[in-house]
Amino acid sequence: MATENAPEFVITDELAQKIDRVLIEHEHDATQIVGVLLDVQDLIEQKYVPQPVAFYIAQKLPIKVSVIYDCLTFYNALSSTPRAKYPVQVCRSVACKVNGSDTLFETVKDVLGIQPGEVTYDGRFTIEEVSCFGACDVAPAVRINGKVYGHLDTPDKVRAVLAEFM
Amino acid sequence: MGYDVKFITKNFGKYDPMSIDSYLSIGGFAALKRAMAMDGEDIASLIAEAKVKGRGGAAYDMGRKWSQSRAVKAPHKLVICNADEGETCTFKDRELIKNDPFNLIEAITICGYTVNAQDGYIYLREEYRHLRPLLLNAIKQAEEHNLLGYNIQNTGFNFHIHLYSGAGAYVCGEGTALIRSIEGKAGRPRKKPPFMKVSGLFALPTCVNNVESFSIVPHLLMDEAREYVSYGSGESLGTKLVSLGGNVRRPGVYEIPFGTTVRDIIYELGQGIPGGQSLRLIQFGGASGKISDGRILDTPYTYDDLKAAGVTVGSGSILVIDNRTSVLDFLRMTQDFFSEESCGQCTPCREGNLHIKLILEKMARGEATQADIRDMKKIATIMSISSLCGLGESAQNALLSAMKIFPKIFEIGGAA
Repeated sequence: MATENAPEFVITDELAQKIDRVLIEHEHDATQIVGVLLDVQDLIEQKYVPQPVAFYIAQKLPIKVSVIYDCLTFYNALSSTPRAKYPVQVCRSVACKVNGSDTLFETVKDVLGIQPGEVTYDGRFTIEEVSCFGACDVAPAVRINGKVYGHLDTPDKVRAVLAEFM
Repeated sequence: MGYDVKFITKNFGKYDPMSIDSYLSIGGFAALKRAMAMDGEDIASLIAEAKVKGRGGAAYDMGRKWSQSRAVKAPHKLVICNADEGETCTFKDRELIKNDPFNLIEAITICGYTVNAQDGYIYLREEYRHLRPLLLNAIKQAEEHNLLGYNIQNTGFNFHIHLYSGAGAYVCGEGTALIRSIEGKAGRPRKKPPFMKVSGLFALPTCVNNVESFSIVPHLLMDEAREYVSYGSGESLGTKLVSLGGNVRRPGVYEIPFGTTVRDIIYELGQGIPGGQSLRLIQFGGASGKISDGRILDTPYTYDDLKAAGVTVGSGSILVIDNRTSVLDFLRMTQDFFSEESCGQCTPCREGNLHIKLILEKMARGEATQADIRDMKKIATIMSISSLCGLGESAQNALLSAMKIFPKIFEIGGAA
């Protein structure tokens, strides 16, 4: 992964405005930091909270940047390192596994050419293994940017879903 | 057959979940108005008489909980709706929020009135973020209609509801971790006492209930025909939502009267196991639940009967596993879940999960010794009695129950 040599993240005026809007929606309430970080993460192409953004939020809210990092590193749905435009979350819990999620998992890895935690060269995809997201009635399932795609019990169905994002 | 009931889910499909007018047209908020003409103690008694137990997993007497919360004297009190259902194979709260958000808002408000709270918090798991607009809309419209907010319906009762997001941490379903998360911190649980009803969110007295528990209340208040208590028997009155999943033909959320047999749930509602496979095991109540095998099929689904059969209702999930998955593989999957979700704060849970994972892997490789099995049982037992929170206490329920149900798997000939 090329993140170490990546240029430093710059907050554009447009992004700053969008972050400000998120803060207004959360009433500049520091207790809502988890919700703030989720919303802000969605604004960033690579779906993470870059360091300058974390410091920017710490300036705008009555909160220490260390608390922001405690949250970023504690919660699975938050990230302080670049993910991808389309993080493909594969459920690795029992209900999906007994319904063939291994085939699903292998197909996703095969189509994208990456392993879990890796990012495709163009920054568009990453694979994340996650715990049950409550879609057991449509198992096996993946979740991409909040949307669940279920019943992916054949490689062709998996490919069809991924093709939507290619 | 009597297992296709609609009491908690009676509003499903009857109204537009984005429109309060639509909800009002089917009698919405009548329960709140009725409640606000009643004494809070009578509301708690009504719930206690129907023997409603908490539907999040702990099955605590809900009427008693509300009555105890009510008895705490404080100028500022809170109510929390726990919508962080993270147990595997549990998705009933998702259906309740998706199909009937106004009923939930109404129920939380009734709870606020009953326990004399001023603020309510909904903690919605990140995985259900797509339901956030539904709840925000329901809150906003209820406020516009003076059914929420200041001086509700000119009764002088003030109550506000705030919606908070989780961020993918199973441990936040535990009450003390949940409140830390709403306080804007990492969701690490703390020791009890102090108990939530005395010192919870923001160190204020807090009454926490699960989505399904709340959802029953408005229907119960309007239940003049006493339909709810006509279902079930003994300590298990009324109906229950079960999330059926795994190897079944028709997985989904079903509302059943208590007393329906496990067989009817799996083979009638769920239409059985597909592909001519046979039943290996059933896990009740999520990843932290206990397991059983086919011997439990004719047990009626009630708190007492399941307990006698060695399992619990828990989160209300029923996970069916067929013979293509071995018991050991099932335990390893469940262990992976807890190894991932343990917050790592207390030693028994952090280290215990790690070591049991290693021993299970050793078993899978056929290298485990009798001493390993003994160690595993010992570690699991230590975890269940000495972990900081419910996660560590219940993480090895599946393993310990498997040791009882499938003792042969853990018998290893050879050196100790």
